[in-house]
Amino acid sequence: MKNIIYGHFTDDHDLLEAVKALQEKGIHIADVRTPFPVHGLDTVLKLRRSHLPKVAFIAGVIGAVLMFSFQYWVFTEGWPLNFGGKPYSSILSFIPATFEITVLFAAFAMGIAFLLRSNLGPGSIPDILDEEVTNDHFQIILSEKDNTLSETELAEALEATGALDVKQVNTKK
Amino acid sequence: MEKQNIPEPVPFKFGKKLKTYLGIAAGIGLLALLIAVFVQQLPSERIWANLWMNALMFLFLGLGALFFWTVNTLGESTWQINFQRVMESMGLTIPFAAIFFVLAFPGLKDLFEWTHTEHLDRILQEKTPYLNMPFWMVRFAVYFILWSFFAWYLRKISVKNDFEPHDKYLGRLRATSGWFIVFFAISSSTAAWDWLMSIDAHWFSTLYGWYIFSGMFVAAIAVIILITIAFKKFNILPNVNKEHLHDLGKYLFGFSIFWAYLWLSQYLLIWYSNIPEETVYYVERVNNYKTLFYMNLIINFVVPFFALMTRGSKRQPLYLAIVSLVVLLGHYLDLYLAIMPGAVGHENASIGLLEIGLPFFYLAVFLTLFFISFGKAKPVPENHPYAIESSSYENI
Repeated sequence: MKNIIYGHFTDDHDLLEAVKALQEKGIHIADVRTPFPVHGLDTVLKLRRSHLPKVAFIAGVIGAVLMFSFQYWVFTEGWPLNFGGKPYSSILSFIPATFEITVLFAAFAMGIAFLLRSNLGPGSIPDILDEEVTNDHFQIILSEKDNTLSETELAEALEATGALDVKQVNTKK
Repeated sequence: MEKQNIPEPVPFKFGKKLKTYLGIAAGIGLLALLIAVFVQQLPSERIWANLWMNALMFLFLGLGALFFWTVNTLGESTWQINFQRVMESMGLTIPFAAIFFVLAFPGLKDLFEWTHTEHLDRILQEKTPYLNMPFWMVRFAVYFILWSFFAWYLRKISVKNDFEPHDKYLGRLRATSGWFIVFFAISSSTAAWDWLMSIDAHWFSTLYGWYIFSGMFVAAIAVIILITIAFKKFNILPNVNKEHLHDLGKYLFGFSIFWAYLWLSQYLLIWYSNIPEETVYYVERVNNYKTLFYMNLIINFVVPFFALMTRGSKRQPLYLAIVSLVVLLGHYLDLYLAIMPGAVGHENASIGLLEIGLPFFYLAVFLTLFFISFGKAKPVPENHPYAIESSSYENI
């Protein structure tokens, strides 16, 4: 059983102030959910930088190598065709397709990696605590496990920052 | 956001030390020219081609900076305010570029085959409605009068806002930028035809104007980065922070790729269709300038592509400055490859004292004019409504 306390804000600025106020009291914040990216929130929560660029680079390199060698194989070994007397292995003519596949691989890898990492992929069960978060509410989530304070004390601290409808839930996850 | 202690801005002074350095650089350039003319006695077309090339590079830096500023103004972007005066002052060098062009006018006969009106073959005869001296001169005058006017007028409005702030100036700045972009869209292409493509008068390429424009833009951004980093180091622009450098680095990175894209688009189609009248341009360059031809691609695409790919590389001033310098030299080489094979020919063209020394003279004049213009106004626009945002934004 995991005891969770959450509260809502209707303004991103209020949310940022509340996060700072809670952190000053030494309260650990489990998660913050927002309908859109909030400027400065990442640095306040001390989140690590995303690894998505590395995923994109590696996938892009794989795509480039695969497509280039595939074309090279097709036009020299698999099915050589004579295009206007040009050499079979015309590196220049491979570049547009190589470029496209590089972009395709990088884009798909980023999309898939993002979905998997954020638990949004097919078959995953989203743990949305409150539907309002998908609309216009900003949510701070606290967990009793991470903090020395009791559940009621955490709820009071959250309410003190001006959070709306503070709730305590017990989820199985 | 990391809070930094912003030091007090140091007022810019075009001091004696700086003047001495620039004087030495100009001296080196003039010396190289004199040696080339009187001691080495190089063929006249090589001298004129060098003067022409440096005049073009001189113009490109100012024109590219003016374009960069107007694009950002038109897009109502706010990030560039903290170093906007750098671009304004670079733009003010445009009228002086005209002087350098005029100085190279006696060599037009050496540079442009189509000026030999008495011996034109059929292809060049058919091009005379566009490529004839009177019309060429009219275009030359129109380009420079309008470009200079826009550079001067935009700067005037921008400085006026320092003293009597009013919203109307912002609107006027935006509207004038729009008109400049409309004119620039056409003139950047036609000027590239007039001054570069018509050197190889028989040859043509429909995207040549954009190709030259992309090179110009990258070179100008490289110079903006170099000057901005230097001014930041000497606390003349202390408000410029890593976010500005990061975004400038993104422009350098992105437009280097754009340049390579246009380079490939032009080369691939000509290579693929394989028509002699089109391939002649590349045959000359690949056969006789092999090293430079491939070096051009490596310096202008491979180097910035891998060197500026990561986030950290664009936020490291010294590193970014080195890459900018390399790319700037790369676009000088690009211009060399555009002019020399047609104007001088591979028998006479080489990179010697003249090619390396003369740019110092033009650079010194460019920087002198730039510093004089920069010293005449406040280093950062005052009372600009977007100024706060330029100091406080950050890249995610």
